[in-house]
Amino acid sequence: MKSTPAVSLKERIHTGQLSGYLFIAPALAIITLLVAYPFLKAILLSFTDSTVGHSGGFIGLDNYARLGGNETFRQTLQNSVVYTVFSVGTKTVLGLGLALLLNRELPWKRLIRGIILLPWVIPSTLSTLGWLWMFDPIFSVINWATVHLNLMERGLPWLSDPYLAMISIIVVNTWRGLPFFAITLLAGLVSIPPDLYRAAKMDGAGPIRTFRYVTLPLLKPLLLVVILFSTIMTISDFNIVYILTKGGPMNMTHLLSTLSFQVGLSGGRLGQGAAVSLFLFPVLAVVVYFQLKAIRLGTTYD
Amino acid sequence: MTSPRWQRWLTVYAPLTAFLVFTLLPLYNMFLTSIKADSAVYNLRLNPFLVSLGALTPDHYKLLFTDTLFPTWLLNSLFVSLASTLIAVAASLPAAYAISRMNFRGVKIFGFAIFVTYLVPYALLFLPLTQVVAGLRLTDTLWSLVVTYPTFLVPFCTWLLMGYFKSLPVEIEKSAMIDGCNRLQSLIRVVLPMAVPGIVCAALFAFSMAWNDLLYSLVFISPAETKTLTVGVVTELIRGDIYYWGSLMAGAFLGAAPVIVFYVLFMDYYVSGMTVGAIK
Repeated sequence: MKSTPAVSLKERIHTGQLSGYLFIAPALAIITLLVAYPFLKAILLSFTDSTVGHSGGFIGLDNYARLGGNETFRQTLQNSVVYTVFSVGTKTVLGLGLALLLNRELPWKRLIRGIILLPWVIPSTLSTLGWLWMFDPIFSVINWATVHLNLMERGLPWLSDPYLAMISIIVVNTWRGLPFFAITLLAGLVSIPPDLYRAAKMDGAGPIRTFRYVTLPLLKPLLLVVILFSTIMTISDFNIVYILTKGGPMNMTHLLSTLSFQVGLSGGRLGQGAAVSLFLFPVLAVVVYFQLKAIRLGTTYD
Repeated sequence: MTSPRWQRWLTVYAPLTAFLVFTLLPLYNMFLTSIKADSAVYNLRLNPFLVSLGALTPDHYKLLFTDTLFPTWLLNSLFVSLASTLIAVAASLPAAYAISRMNFRGVKIFGFAIFVTYLVPYALLFLPLTQVVAGLRLTDTLWSLVVTYPTFLVPFCTWLLMGYFKSLPVEIEKSAMIDGCNRLQSLIRVVLPMAVPGIVCAALFAFSMAWNDLLYSLVFISPAETKTLTVGVVTELIRGDIYYWGSLMAGAFLGAAPVIVFYVLFMDYYVSGMTVGAIK
């Protein structure tokens, strides 16, 4: 950083020193007051036994200690890992596949791309209601179809069986997030120089080898950024679980956000709820670290 | 392509059709249920993917406007989303410009802070924010949302506009300044017009994100007539175990309509915003 000793005010305005601060002032104020301050407050809250409408006393790490021995909390951590790993994994594989398909020569390309993007555009709160209806215990159209196609003798209890409920929320998360993977990776595919494919073809490489040695390595930096970004969005998800299962059955689909909502607001234990939500912080820290590394990696490619 | 036709069907059109069906099925089913009479919706002997002309009805939509607070929620959501988008874009535009074009002490740290807050899950902040909202005496008002939505809209818009400014050539601004414009003049006359697509893009995304919020609105507001559309539909149209699926689907479909209209009109902006957000 350059040091600027004894610069007159006029010069500062000219070089943009002072106006720079004026430019960032509104955004800085919002971030400081409504993100940084609440974040610190969440940490402080987690060291207290505060309840709704009553600020409690300092109890040190008690909230965290209690969470460690709490069966529901441990189940929630496990759910979060399962949900995130399988959702992000499925979105990566299917998203890459879909991007490769969309990169082919196709009729009605624009229309197809427009339809593929829909789940990501439509408010997830509202589209998840559509899924709730699809998973209805009696009127599920999925069950109707599988039974009438003789694939199954009777319908599946999508949201009332613990394992099926986890699968259901993963399916809905995949439905919602797939367009982000597909369209972003498609942008990456389009930017790969065609010369490389021609060269690979001349060297006698088939489609699988071309993908393995040309497409995938070039797509890697972007793929990494998309996966990291999706990881933080998926693990902190609230809408899908709140609407479909509210964390049930038997807490088998609770995520950190829904448990924190239940403990902190429905249960009124603010301190404990804050402690639950703060378990998202290490995930955030890891993602930020790798994201920055990935971005640096990406810039060296340009 | 030298591969035979059936092979192209198998490797391209078949999987693509599967993806399209997966994408459209919940939306199609949602819309169909919303225009189907209850007698047809709850008849297990009928094919649920079809509807006979006689079973078509506008009743579920009518009910939303006559028997529920749906119109109020719609207006509440419009107000909150428009106001918070306006604030977010107004605060993000100069910030993004400063990060990408100006050099002053601390600008790099500020850029980093924007990046980190962009990634902060908003589920991390709702509990302390209830206290902030209560401290401002905004609990149960729409203003609680106008004030708190910028927590995720500002970092997002700044990040997106930053990427956009970086893609604009600096030379035009420089030549405007050489021609005697000061920074503010060049900003208003040269940079702003060039940045319009970026601004439209940021506004579209901000509006959609505000419109989609469930958590904050659920936490800060409890009176039924002050609810936003998403919370109103989820909490007031589902009562206990009784689901009025027809009107619920009608509410969901109609609630998504403004966003879908924007999307159809500005599809390219969505695509560019999505990729800028992840790539830059």
